[in-house]
Amino acid sequence: MPTDVEDLLRELAPQVLGVLTRRYGDFDAAEDAVQEALLAAAVHWPAEGVPDRPRGWLIQTATRRLIDQRRSERSRMAREDRALLTQPPPADVPDRDDTLVVLFLCCHPALTPASAIALTLRAVGGLSTPEIARAFLVPEPTMAQRISRAKQRIKSSGVPFRLPTADEWTDRLRTVLHVLYLVFNEGYATTAGRDVHRADLCDEAVRLTRMVHRMLPDDPEVAGLLALMLLLDARRPARTGPSGELVPLPEQDRTRWDRALVAEGAAMLAAAIGRGAVGEYQLQASIAAVHDRAARAEDTDWPQILALYELLDRMTGNPVVTLNRAVAAAMVHGPEAGLTLLAHVEERLSGQHRLDAVRAHLLEMAGDTTAAAEHYAAAAALATNLPERHHLSRQVARLRNPPGE
Amino acid sequence: MTRYLLAVDFQPGVVDTPMSEWKREEITAHLDYYETLHDELVASGELVDSTVLTGPDLAKIVSSDGRTAPVVTDGPFQEFKEWIAGFQIVDVESEERAIEIAARVSAVPGPGGVPLQQPIQVRQVMEQAPSDAEEMDGFLAQATGARSSGGDPR
Repeated sequence: MPTDVEDLLRELAPQVLGVLTRRYGDFDAAEDAVQEALLAAAVHWPAEGVPDRPRGWLIQTATRRLIDQRRSERSRMAREDRALLTQPPPADVPDRDDTLVVLFLCCHPALTPASAIALTLRAVGGLSTPEIARAFLVPEPTMAQRISRAKQRIKSSGVPFRLPTADEWTDRLRTVLHVLYLVFNEGYATTAGRDVHRADLCDEAVRLTRMVHRMLPDDPEVAGLLALMLLLDARRPARTGPSGELVPLPEQDRTRWDRALVAEGAAMLAAAIGRGAVGEYQLQASIAAVHDRAARAEDTDWPQILALYELLDRMTGNPVVTLNRAVAAAMVHGPEAGLTLLAHVEERLSGQHRLDAVRAHLLEMAGDTTAAAEHYAAAAALATNLPERHHLSRQVARLRNPPGE
Repeated sequence: MTRYLLAVDFQPGVVDTPMSEWKREEITAHLDYYETLHDELVASGELVDSTVLTGPDLAKIVSSDGRTAPVVTDGPFQEFKEWIAGFQIVDVESEERAIEIAARVSAVPGPGGVPLQQPIQVRQVMEQAPSDAEEMDGFLAQATGARSSGGDPR
């Protein structure tokens, strides 16, 4: 399928779903019908050309599918369905874009993050179940079940098809942003190697977040999240070595960073900060921006990064943030300062490899290579992902068998 | 979501009677229990894979130095109780959930409807990367390759 047709379809998908759900009330069935209409368009449009009113075409086709579905469930057919059958499929409705309503519905707090992600990618992103299953490395029926259960759950929760009210707004928007962030994570964390399907998730998260930003241009956290994604994604070309291995930040070839993305992310962040309360995503984006500003690793403004991590640590209380803060503290004040900070999170992070890995790193900075090797080895034994385990094992080997001895 | 391998071996649990000596309805109840659990895990969108292996009688052990012909040892083997008999891979929200499923597998009924209590290994499957962008970023920022990170950090 040509890219422009695909882009158009995926832009229109949540709008069409919004129209059908608003009209017929059954989000679950409407979502299935829209998927089928998208499929039909993907077959017909490239061959026959895009219709004059593509949105109207999709609404008509999806409505017909919805009617067909209900006909096949004739035994359960109620009066309202009969009324539906007698109406001609409406061509289109006046410009009303319910994309945001659909997104809020898919990121409903009653759903687990995994189901909200899957449903969002399908209903808002217009991705097919096989595509989503591939991206998350699970069999297609498994993903189909996840999506269908998510829709059932929304149905039974009985939430109305409308935007959240003013007093729900902040919490509900936070959930939406978290889901988008997690989609980005899935792609970002695995762009190493040959896993292109997962890398696509980054693009999809950026596309969806751009869409939300267009609709809520004044929200500083939406802008902060988009800036964060752009600033991290800018490093993608330099993050992976020739054989798919991860290249650590201090060793990345910074000339390969996407400067246009860095500039866009930095500008967006600058505009967002000062527009309202400073949130988590704006702070994370600020940290990414400081790294991205340094032409060489040794030019990194560590005092600035440390100050930002201190703010973020206070705001979130997340022990992983404290680990990153400890590394920054060591870069500014020396390894002892970092090691002191680690004592605060020891209990909460016990049994997790990152604690040992950071401790090993700081001990090595302090010159205690024996203890550093021990902690690298402990971290390798606890690692839950391959690139880190390989990296940690190499650190042990490097410290225990120095070259030329 | 995290993946776990739930593996069962040939250790009998609390019942030592081989299945060939069970009553027919006991075998049916045993198999139905597995099937129900299987269907539940499919419906919950958690089952990634479910595999039952042939027994150690058909197993072979292969070792090789990479140059000469490999050494192949045929079964049956004496000590077979710790051989893997089958496994499931589940993709679940938490380790607690993986343990809950493993407990269901272990409680499969045997003769007289008594739960077999077979020991189930619960093993987290290695991820291909850190679990989220924050961890990944922290890892990338702190990780150094072959190069030593000693010296004056400033």
